[in-house]
Amino acid sequence: MHTNLVVFYLFALAAVVGAAGVPMSRNIFWSAMGLLSALVGVGGLYVLLSADFLAVTQLLVYIGGVLVLIIFAVMLTSQIKEIEVSNQNVGLVSGAILFFLTGTLLCFVAIWAPWKAVLRPESHETSAAIGNGLLGTWLLPFEVASVVLLATLIGAIVVARKEIKED
Amino acid sequence: MMEHLSLSHFLVVGGLLFCFGLMTVLTRRNAVAMLMGIELILNGANVNLVAFNHYAAGGLSGQIFALFVIVLAAAEAAVGLAIILAIYQMIRNIDTANIASLRQ
Repeated sequence: MHTNLVVFYLFALAAVVGAAGVPMSRNIFWSAMGLLSALVGVGGLYVLLSADFLAVTQLLVYIGGVLVLIIFAVMLTSQIKEIEVSNQNVGLVSGAILFFLTGTLLCFVAIWAPWKAVLRPESHETSAAIGNGLLGTWLLPFEVASVVLLATLIGAIVVARKEIKED
Repeated sequence: MMEHLSLSHFLVVGGLLFCFGLMTVLTRRNAVAMLMGIELILNGANVNLVAFNHYAAGGLSGQIFALFVIVLAAAEAAVGLAIILAIYQMIRNIDTANIASLRQ
């Protein structure tokens, strides 16, 4: 049980510190690196929660896909060196106030609420069960998701392609 | 209670991720950074889903739900970044304060 706790704190630290870096770092590229750390940490937490398939999906889709896309966008759109960032003073202060209010509330609820938790949750591998579920109980959402992805693919290409105007 | 790994540990991490994401969306004016904040919020929600699935509900429904959230987050990121790139091609700026041409 002790190793579990140590591993949890390791990944939780990576996730929270990385997430803290996203709003606070002055350089948007470091924000992206903070997001990387947060995503890796969350992937580790999935393993601790016996969601092995989800952890690998997190690595493949988020870090291999979304994060690379975001870094591409960062490099295509902003001057990485710019120190003076989008953060305005007033916005930062009110953001910090909101952060402390929401954070205290959520942590308070998470710790003190009487959750009806199972005492000894069992861990087993989930890939086979998820595969069966996706082709059985959750077949309709699975198919809808594939249609959504196709629409996204076409939509993203149409929106982002360069238009050549003749004028 | 706190010496053992419990539901509360994961809920606290999920809540903190959500708060940082909220703060990013509210304070940043760079559109790409706002998208990063949205990803953080979705990740915080996902941690909660999987934690409740593991500790309270059992079965697989929470994990499948998180899987669909990941799929939709990827779709949202792709379309969002495409829109941002299109705006950048148009006005050479992605500061959300400057994207106001629809206002006129």
